[in-house]
Amino acid sequence: MVLSRYLDERVWLLNRQGKAAIAASAQGHEATQVACTEATDPTKDHYLIYYRQFTAMLALGTEPEEMLRGFLAKEAEPMSAARQFPLHGAHPRVDLFNFSNVIATQLPQAAGVALADKLKGSDAVTIVFFGDGASSQGDTHEAMNFAGVHKLPVIFFCENNRFAISVPIEKQMGIESLASRAAGYGFPGVQVDGTDVVAVNEATKAAVARARAGDGPTLIEASVERLLPHTTDDDHTRYRTAEDIEQMSQRDPIRIQSDLLIRRGLITEAENEQIHAEAKRRVNVATDTVDAEQYPGIETMFDHLTVEYSEHDENREHRDLLGGDA
Amino acid sequence: MPEKTVIEAVRESMQIEMRRDDSMIILGEDVGNRGGVFLATDGLIDEFGENRVIDTPLAESSICGVALGAAVNGMRPLAEIQFADFVWPAINQLVGEASKVRYGTNGVKTAPMTIRVPYGGGVRGGLYHSQSIEVLFAHTPGLSVVAPATPYDAKGLLATAIRTDDPVIVLEHKRTYRLVKGEVPDGEYTIPIGKAEIKRPGTDMTIITYGLMLHYSLQAAEMAVANGIDVEVLDLRTLRPLDADAIAESASRTGKALIVQEDTPAVSIGSEVSAIIGERCFFDLDAPITRIGPPELPPMPFSPIQEAEFMPSPEKILTAITKLAEI
Repeated sequence: MVLSRYLDERVWLLNRQGKAAIAASAQGHEATQVACTEATDPTKDHYLIYYRQFTAMLALGTEPEEMLRGFLAKEAEPMSAARQFPLHGAHPRVDLFNFSNVIATQLPQAAGVALADKLKGSDAVTIVFFGDGASSQGDTHEAMNFAGVHKLPVIFFCENNRFAISVPIEKQMGIESLASRAAGYGFPGVQVDGTDVVAVNEATKAAVARARAGDGPTLIEASVERLLPHTTDDDHTRYRTAEDIEQMSQRDPIRIQSDLLIRRGLITEAENEQIHAEAKRRVNVATDTVDAEQYPGIETMFDHLTVEYSEHDENREHRDLLGGDA
Repeated sequence: MPEKTVIEAVRESMQIEMRRDDSMIILGEDVGNRGGVFLATDGLIDEFGENRVIDTPLAESSICGVALGAAVNGMRPLAEIQFADFVWPAINQLVGEASKVRYGTNGVKTAPMTIRVPYGGGVRGGLYHSQSIEVLFAHTPGLSVVAPATPYDAKGLLATAIRTDDPVIVLEHKRTYRLVKGEVPDGEYTIPIGKAEIKRPGTDMTIITYGLMLHYSLQAAEMAVANGIDVEVLDLRTLRPLDADAIAESASRTGKALIVQEDTPAVSIGSEVSAIIGERCFFDLDAPITRIGPPELPPMPFSPIQEAEFMPSPEKILTAITKLAEI
């Protein structure tokens, strides 16, 4: 969580320096992402993430350098070889992927991934993340309906920060709780405080157990705060009041969790400072390393085309112009 | 060799591929006990069960999105869209998502999926059961698009599509399903994607066409014999990638090109074929490139007289042949 926060802050700094073209922040979502992924098994489960899953990626074993390569679009970027926005593509080690920027497309895909596991007799669980904005899309309804019909081993995990860019929750839905929609699809929906790691972890464990047992999907709605604007291109003071921004900062999950750990005597103030110092050091090392790296070569833009398109005449001509045999 | 209809060839191809590969599944509306509205999947649920022949809710985006998710997790799904006119809700999952999986993940993921899409008119389908939707898919890098017109090609190209490790859109012209019969071997075979075929050799001009218009063009070519005109008919078979070499070779050899299509001509397959001929055959042509197709109207009126007027016909093609031959 702390590493995620410092790395996230660094990415925004790199954006202001003109080095990172775009970033969406996970600040405020860290606790829920750590607690949720901890309840899963990265050796066999599937993760369909969306663009705010910065902390989840770190928690599932992505190195800070790998994350930074995404934001700085560097050569060894692991998800898409820097073809896509940060956090998009597919992870080379964990079955974690995010094909596109288009909101909610991952939900029907998650139902398909889970369907495949059910047909294969695997006990793997598919967990698909989305924001409250995605809940308005037709794909969300179609995916939950399909998963409910087939009792698929999938967890629909909504990180509800109450804003779809600038549109507040009351303009997105006419109900109080997104989780209540699960009843319409024939599976349970639960609402948890996304700053509470124990609550999120327990809710996810229950959903994982239910899915592995073949009992079907669960919808989890974790209420979180989006501490920063939607992305580096947004300015949330245009649509959030000063009181609202002040109020949500009281729900910073890192402060809540470290205060709790210190209060209960599980860590000392000094240990907490040590955690922060180590995270800062790690971020500095990663920044220095990745900042010095190269962009991918132009010729690599012709790699990994689909079977039928790779020999397209136009591409042959472009490659010839580059003079290589790429 | 046994004679079969297009729909029988399609069914046989799916049956063979289902037997070959346990990871293949079929998803779609009414594909189970109903056997599909055109009976393409008739009997398949009896042989393969409801785990592999899956009746879905009536929701095209999830049919294709679920197929995509299953494809990236070890299955080889084939999704049936009931009518091409209903494919629009799934465009996001096909054009937006599936086409970019291999490229967008730098090869970590691939999407071996096939989408069968019955398209085209002349069946009293009105505005919403007649559309030709090929251009949108054919414009998309990362998708392959085939449009077989004969039973032989339908079986072989569908088999190739299913075995391809990337998304392939298979367009089947509804009017050909039972209208067109032809020799089809019983066993398995494949036809390469991206290869056009000369269905009728000739020397005076080349008709470039696909789908139902192949059959109308062949009829028109036979009628033109009486006028002493020897027409070559090139069946594109694949719309992406187009077989530019075959198009250019034939047009250069005959010196005249007539493009026949059922889709409205503006920004269409015919536009691209015309560009290929213009780029490659300019000095070999002895007449302007000619295109015939329907008027630029939403396809196509339900009323029978207007539908007939909308559709190109063998007679209209013959008129175009005669006019082009006189140049």
